[in-house]
Amino acid sequence: MLTPESLKRIDREIAKYPADQKQSAVMAALAIAQEQQGWLSSDAIECVAGYLGMAPIAAYEVATFYNMYDLKPVGKYKLSVCTNLPCMLTGGVDAGEYLKQKLGIGFNETTPDGLITLKESECMGACGDAPVMIVNNRRMCSWMNPEQIDKLLAELK
Amino acid sequence: MAILGAINPMLTVGLDGDKAWRLADYVKRDGYSALRRILESGIGQGDVINEVKKSVLRGRGGAGFPTGLKWSFMPRSFPGDKYVVCNSDEGEPGTFKDRDILRYNPHSVIEGMAIAAFAMGAARGYNYIHGEVWEIYERFEEALDEARAAGFLGRNVLGSGFDFDLFAHHGYGAYICGEETALLESIEGKKGQPRFKPPFPASFGLYGKPTTINNTETFASVPYIINMGGDRYLEAGKPNNGGTKLFSVSGHVNRPGNYEVPLGTPFATLLEMAGGMRGGRKLKGCIPGGSSAPVVPGPTMMDCTMDYDSISKAGSMLGSGAVIVMDETTCMVKALERLSYFYYEESCGQCTPCREGTSWLYKVVHRIEHGKGRADDLDLLGSVTTNIMGRTICALGDAASMPVQSFIKHFRDEFAYHIENRKCLVPVDVQRAGSGFFTATA
Ligand SMILES: Cc1cc2nc3c(=O)[nH]c(=O)nc-3n(C[C@H](O)[C@H](O)[C@H](O)COP(=O)(O)O)c2cc1C
Ligand code: SF4
Ligand code: FES
Repeated sequence: MLTPESLKRIDREIAKYPADQKQSAVMAALAIAQEQQGWLSSDAIECVAGYLGMAPIAAYEVATFYNMYDLKPVGKYKLSVCTNLPCMLTGGVDAGEYLKQKLGIGFNETTPDGLITLKESECMGACGDAPVMIVNNRRMCSWMNPEQIDKLLAELK
Repeated sequence: MAILGAINPMLTVGLDGDKAWRLADYVKRDGYSALRRILESGIGQGDVINEVKKSVLRGRGGAGFPTGLKWSFMPRSFPGDKYVVCNSDEGEPGTFKDRDILRYNPHSVIEGMAIAAFAMGAARGYNYIHGEVWEIYERFEEALDEARAAGFLGRNVLGSGFDFDLFAHHGYGAYICGEETALLESIEGKKGQPRFKPPFPASFGLYGKPTTINNTETFASVPYIINMGGDRYLEAGKPNNGGTKLFSVSGHVNRPGNYEVPLGTPFATLLEMAGGMRGGRKLKGCIPGGSSAPVVPGPTMMDCTMDYDSISKAGSMLGSGAVIVMDETTCMVKALERLSYFYYEESCGQCTPCREGTSWLYKVVHRIEHGKGRADDLDLLGSVTTNIMGRTICALGDAASMPVQSFIKHFRDEFAYHIENRKCLVPVDVQRAGSGFFTATA
């Protein structure tokens, strides 16, 4: 179920750790599997566990512990908005509200067309750039005032 | 660029070019000369550690522990695997300096780690990078490739016989992995749950081997210390607080961003560098060291200097150097509610006092904020915090309690007003104006 391209990337991660410590690559491997599929299914988790020679339950534990793994399908784009205190002081919460209004959904919901899932998130280590949001765990967007948010939404097709 | 100002800087000198993060640029700024000198002139492990001790470089990750002393705990002449690990998991609300160090000066971290590895007899290292800053992780990997190709990493570094391999590991959204033993568990491919201490990482660390963990900024400072000498580094700050430090200023200032200033710089100067208070409003309170540090009332803060000792005298902690500035438009109950939610959400759940306690703290502050507070809620909050503090495996329990205690101590009237009048002292439209979100376009 993992593509050869994904397996190649996982191999590169495994090589970072001592030969008897393949399990260390599980976080990266799960992230790669999620990137391939858009979310992390049980099949994908078990496949990663098998590939790294670890018990499936151990991989499940990791997948459920860290917030950026999506164990249920999400929209094509997952938008995570930071609302923690430093961001809140500079519009983070307002940005979240603005997005909810624009998209007609609440946090942890997906637009009916399956395009965008909205998430509230904790500090991303970018509080000076508030409001900040991340698209699909990868692309960080800074200084998201209403104009910038409109622009981003127009871009996400 | 988000490094917006500096006084007598070291870490951020010469970073204005758009290729500052490249190896060639770093070498032009004297980069890797400290590592080279150590390896080529036969400076010993003990000498390096002594230099770091003399500098009184205190850990930049939060606790402010003297780095040289920490390094001396490693059994450096024992044979067998040893590790150095860099903590770039920067998730403490308000902190965003490590991101900029890795973004603009990643080789200083690599060189600092290599020097540390040499001094402690480690042959392998990892840099654990916060999952949310993916672009930074990719850039760091590129910097590692550059350093390897140039012979600063890998087998037989610069022909000296010293081996050091360094790799990047990314997190995936768990604040607790910033705690050093949780971070080690996470690198081992497990849930990031803190370990009991002792044993300390210096004897039982990554894969059960001796390990030293330092913050990104701590490692990045090391090459500068070796180059200028420990004494001069110490003098650049103030006694017992060596060197300069990056402060991440966020909240109600005109220019939020990172500022590098000597330890001991007046808070008022830092505030001025950050453009002063937004809209010329009054400083209500400031959290000077990341969300886990106790809040300090505005007037007290204005009298502080930015160093470990002064901030601690004011009843707080310098922590990671994250300065969260709050003006009069801030509702302190709402501010605390958001922080309490954070700790409740991020508790790893291992210890009952933390798991249950953080849930209570959030529930009670939440109900006060939402007009459902009860007369004895402030006492209840106090007793919940005393039942958490000192009774948990890691410091997250304390980190969740200190904001609650300090917010209530300094802004008790505001909490009492909420409970009595079932509404906020600061009108909602005033709070909104403070956030600046809608004025940005209107
Ligand atoms: C809940 C918690 C979160 C922490 N988060 C971080 C962090 O994000 N970055 C960091 O460098 N240290 C963090 N620390 C402190 C580390 O445990 C450790 O003390 C530090 O990395 C040591 O480096 P230093 O001596 O160079 O400061 C955290 C500690 C706790 C208890
Ligand atoms: S104090 Fe909290 S976060 Fe730390 S180990 Fe205990 S439950 Fe986990
Ligand atoms: S609080 Fe939002 S990025 Fe730090």
